[in-house]
Amino acid sequence: MKEVRVLSSTAILGYGFPEESFMAGLKRQPDIIAADAGSTDPGPYYLGSGVSFTDRHAVYRDLKFMLKAGRELGIPVIIGTAGGSGAEPHLRWTKDIVIEIARKEKLRFRLAVIHGEVKKEEVMNAYRSGRITELPPGMPLTEKDIEESTHIVGQMGIEPFIKALEGGAEVIIAGRAYDPAVFAAYPVWKGFDIGLALHMGKILECAAIAAVPGSGSDCMLGYLREDHFLLEPLNPERRCTVTSVAAHTLYEKSNPYILPGPGGCIDLTEAKFEQYNDNVVKVSGSRFALSAEYTVKLEGAKIEGYRTVSVAGARDPVFISKIDEIINGVRERVKNNFSEISVESYTLLFHLYGKNGVMGDLEPVKSITSHELGIIIETVACSQELANTICSFARSTMLHYGYPGRLSTAGNLAFLYSPSDFKAGEVYRFNIYHLIQVDDPCALFEKEILDIKEGHNGNQTC
Amino acid sequence: MGTRLVDIASVIRSKNAGPYELTFDIIFKSAEWFEKVKGLGVINKSFVSQLLCIPEDNVLAIIEFTPASAIKITIKRPIVSGDIGETDVYGAQQHAPLLNTEFEIL
Repeated sequence: MKEVRVLSSTAILGYGFPEESFMAGLKRQPDIIAADAGSTDPGPYYLGSGVSFTDRHAVYRDLKFMLKAGRELGIPVIIGTAGGSGAEPHLRWTKDIVIEIARKEKLRFRLAVIHGEVKKEEVMNAYRSGRITELPPGMPLTEKDIEESTHIVGQMGIEPFIKALEGGAEVIIAGRAYDPAVFAAYPVWKGFDIGLALHMGKILECAAIAAVPGSGSDCMLGYLREDHFLLEPLNPERRCTVTSVAAHTLYEKSNPYILPGPGGCIDLTEAKFEQYNDNVVKVSGSRFALSAEYTVKLEGAKIEGYRTVSVAGARDPVFISKIDEIINGVRERVKNNFSEISVESYTLLFHLYGKNGVMGDLEPVKSITSHELGIIIETVACSQELANTICSFARSTMLHYGYPGRLSTAGNLAFLYSPSDFKAGEVYRFNIYHLIQVDDPCALFEKEILDIKEGHNGNQTC
Repeated sequence: MGTRLVDIASVIRSKNAGPYELTFDIIFKSAEWFEKVKGLGVINKSFVSQLLCIPEDNVLAIIEFTPASAIKITIKRPIVSGDIGETDVYGAQQHAPLLNTEFEIL
């Protein structure tokens, strides 16, 4: 029977996996080992700043297992959305880790590095020639958005990976990639059905999250065959059930039947989920529907200001009952005290845990029922200095604010730390989340091929 | 006495679906419960709009997903993930009002 076995080590590179599960995966003789390394979930900071949301030590640990196993079995190791966001600094960071592992573990391999950062000129040209569309409920793109973003990445599909495999790559690290692509590229290259391969990839990208009990830090194996695929968790404590796998299909997407990606949609209207044996689920009927135009999703972030926060709590019931008027009073004092500073140059926020700190305006419970409040005073301003000034002044004003009925005249706030205020640095926001139309799925993504010999590279660029 | 959603669902959760949308999944304990609730049509735009105090237009989709015995609700995020003033970057803790929901099911 024709079959390809894909080992997914972990939901996000750096989230880890038990060594026993990984070994169980290797025993089943996988054809490739792959992991998705990123997500937009941690918010715009990481893409905007070029920093990874995963820890270097943790990523090194996961990659070491994967690269060594790949060389021992002579199978490709594929990583997508390197460094969490897949822009140039993230990819460089991951490449350094790969080269360090190769040096320390004396590994030799042909490395393909596929870049995911898209040049601003390229995006601007596409914008001016009408090849960019918004993804509702997002807003239409503007030239200002393109100019202001610090990094723009494109979610590559399977095609750049297939090209790298054709070029003999044994290890591929890619910038921003469509999550299923790292799992689906190899099987599609080997002639397997693209709809099934992508759907399997969509589940494998979260590794054992689709099992019960679910885990983002455990391995999962996918067996792709001609007209179906199987999913097997590699930890004996977990099972794949029809419900756990079908439920995962819902995860983080708005329509579970139609999953759009680069070049088309995975169509699950005919998908069937069946219990294959006690812990394995069989999936069939997933199809791929080509779209008329090949589009790639762009993501960009820009700097919005600088943040300072102050962390405190309150336990006084009179203070808690008057919190809204106290906050209004503090705001007025801040405005009045710095009348020369334009109120447009900063945002002052009071997050009240115990009132609506988690849900904000969506919170249906309007009255405070808690005996204590957690208070985060937050300022975002056009400079760190101004953010510090406003936050510090709001904090001291709130601490000593006199309100009607006050008994606790020594201070209103319990500070958790000294210092009470924290400079959180740059604040970013997502300003690009759009589709770019391309003629060639590989055009946006440059590729380098390097022959790594115990950590030295041959610098061969394609 | 209504039937509490927590008693007939095995999963009630929220999460980002990209930075602009929040998506809520209700996975029922059985296909029977799923079919019953689906048949009643009680999880609709007006229900979600009242539950979360948002305009009906911001309820982008309500989809019944039979393979998982699930109903999925997707809304426009009141504030884009990570924007200034936003309070749940991953969107993972916005499901709580669903936990208090009750329906009249005969």
